[in-house]
Amino acid sequence: MAAPIDLHEVAEREHEARSRYPWRIKACASTACMSAGSGATIQGLQQTIDANDLALDAVVIPTGCMGLCSRGPLVRVLRRGGDETMYQAVNEEVAVDIVKAHIRNHKPVDTNVLDTSIPFFAAQERVVLANGGIIDPDRIEGYVAHGGYLALQKVLKEMAPEDVVQEVSASGIRGRGGAGYPAGNKWALLARADGNEKYVVANGDEGDPGAYMDRTVMEDDPHRLIEGVAIAAYATGASKAYIYVRAEYPRAVERLDRAIRVARRNRLLGRKILDTGFSLEVEVRIGAGAFVCGEETALLASIEGKRGTPQLRPPYPTESGLWGKPTMINNVETLANIPAIVMKGAEWFSSIGTPNSTGTKVFALAGDLVNIGLIEVPMGITLRTIVDDIGGGIPDGGTFKAAQTGGPSGGCIPTEYLDTPVDYDSLRQLGSIMGSGGLIVMDDTQRMPDVAKFFMEFSMDESCGKCTPCRAGTVQIYNLLERITAGSGTYTDLRHLEQLCATVRDTSLCGLGQSAPNPVLSTLQYFGEEYESLLVETGLEVVDA
Amino acid sequence: MTDATSTDAGPARPGRPADEPHPSGDDRFLVIDKHLKRAKYEQDQLIETLHIAQDVFGYLDEDVLMYVARALRLPPSMVFGVATFYQLFTFEPAGDHTCTVCTGTACFVKGAEDIVRAVGNAFSVASGDTTQDGVLTLKTARCVGSCGLAPIVLIDGEVSGREGAEVILAKVQAAVAAEPAAVGAEGGDA
Repeated sequence: MAAPIDLHEVAEREHEARSRYPWRIKACASTACMSAGSGATIQGLQQTIDANDLALDAVVIPTGCMGLCSRGPLVRVLRRGGDETMYQAVNEEVAVDIVKAHIRNHKPVDTNVLDTSIPFFAAQERVVLANGGIIDPDRIEGYVAHGGYLALQKVLKEMAPEDVVQEVSASGIRGRGGAGYPAGNKWALLARADGNEKYVVANGDEGDPGAYMDRTVMEDDPHRLIEGVAIAAYATGASKAYIYVRAEYPRAVERLDRAIRVARRNRLLGRKILDTGFSLEVEVRIGAGAFVCGEETALLASIEGKRGTPQLRPPYPTESGLWGKPTMINNVETLANIPAIVMKGAEWFSSIGTPNSTGTKVFALAGDLVNIGLIEVPMGITLRTIVDDIGGGIPDGGTFKAAQTGGPSGGCIPTEYLDTPVDYDSLRQLGSIMGSGGLIVMDDTQRMPDVAKFFMEFSMDESCGKCTPCRAGTVQIYNLLERITAGSGTYTDLRHLEQLCATVRDTSLCGLGQSAPNPVLSTLQYFGEEYESLLVETGLEVVDA
Repeated sequence: MTDATSTDAGPARPGRPADEPHPSGDDRFLVIDKHLKRAKYEQDQLIETLHIAQDVFGYLDEDVLMYVARALRLPPSMVFGVATFYQLFTFEPAGDHTCTVCTGTACFVKGAEDIVRAVGNAFSVASGDTTQDGVLTLKTARCVGSCGLAPIVLIDGEVSGREGAEVILAKVQAAVAAEPAAVGAEGGDA
């Protein structure tokens, strides 16, 4: 058996290697920037460096997401021991200019410099995304140089499993997948569960359309997730873990597979991790396109190779999960917070955010906004700060109409509630949910009944079919919405819509069915007049209403 | 769990190596065999196996599904049930060209529906279908996850962002008019 990795030595070597270059150019190679053409950017940078004999002066490092995806491809130029310049919209041509002007002649390319003092960057607090735009996701050395795996080493060598559970409980962290169940409670339940075969599952089945927080963690900082998984397994007594990834994320699967292999080779996974008595195998499992598999019991069925249909709870997975054994499912983002909680302490973590929603939350900001991208903010920040400051407001002088959180399970929040703090409980009170972190802003050109129909079409399509309220109810709700948005609905239809939404919400088997009516209910609540303005007014039905 | 195939035993309820190669002699079955062997013929590897089968064959026909069922010693009904449950598995070959329109929320807000309608009308093809002459498959994706470029369309795997229905339609027409897409340029998710 090879000797385990010496974290301090690797970190030191990495720092040394880094200081060898006067210039380091970090180019965002995350999926969003790749779609915007950062492959050509990186090639342009490298070729120009080589062609100008600058290979000893500058190194190009592909990194994970820098956040401001709408201005991509993004590039950061770092001077040894000194300043840093961020560039936006770096196509191949600009990449060549950056090397020739900035690296060779020390003159920044002013046309593409991105001011990093803007609120988009300044108002963020990065814990989960701390390494985004900084490390090369494919190199474990980069992660280790930024304190990676120190938390795992600390729990294995200095902490008893119950102390780790205690620390996570004390941090107050709640599940980042949507419902916000306290993670510490889950950990304690699995730790207490009988049996020597237990499983930890990382839920990376990010199905909310317009949300890509978990993908970014898995693709851009895979070792952070692996470290979180390993700590969770140690604390709860699990010896096998699965990371369940959407099949739509092939890069995440590839990166995680590679990271797991490298971690094993360095004795950070596998048998006798870091020469302690703790052993853990981690395996990646891929979905095949089913939104319902984000629901934990459906996800477990899918890992077992079956149709992903949910089961009635109880029994909860912590009693009877994978193959009937105690199993804990945590969201990817939840687990990615764990190394920081271990290293900096529960007190530090709970000092961020609000008393009932501690820590930060990653959001995928999209829609009618100037700045679109991935942000991480302290909980309790107001929607207004996110929309106006971080998001830069509505483009082209448009007017804000609603913010949609929680995707197909969430709701639309209107202007009058823009000052609501973003935390689990406040959003729920408004008829929406935190969700996994999709946050889509709409301007006043969007018709809310159309938005509700869009989400209902999604839920109808994705209903697994196991229970009748969801299978049949979503179809009927969709039909009613179609009639109303086409301008041929009546007051009776509207009343039926309300009743049906309540029925589906109250009687569906799993969380997805129960929350499927949310987009309709919340738009009815805040934009009811829009629905009414679309109705056909026949005398009879006006009376009926 | 009440499913007949998962009684009380643990994860390892292996099937067995295929007794003999597929009678067609098609090499592509060897890729499936290799995966099955590595996965120790465990039945919980069904979804992974179907992914690999679809990768090598492009789609899952009855023959392939039966082959997987036999190798994993699973009832064909379960294999068909799983394959049809998940959206990424397809049972028909794709057209020469593929146009995938992202219909995630951000793209919806930016008018993805208009693009689906424009391409669908121009080629007389419904979303999810292939034209009768097998030239174009029109698909929608749940979310490509590059919302900064919304609306996003993948034409033979090539990303087009922030473009309206007219421009996209012109691009699709140009792609179709050109030579057939290279093998492997199937426009899946970016």
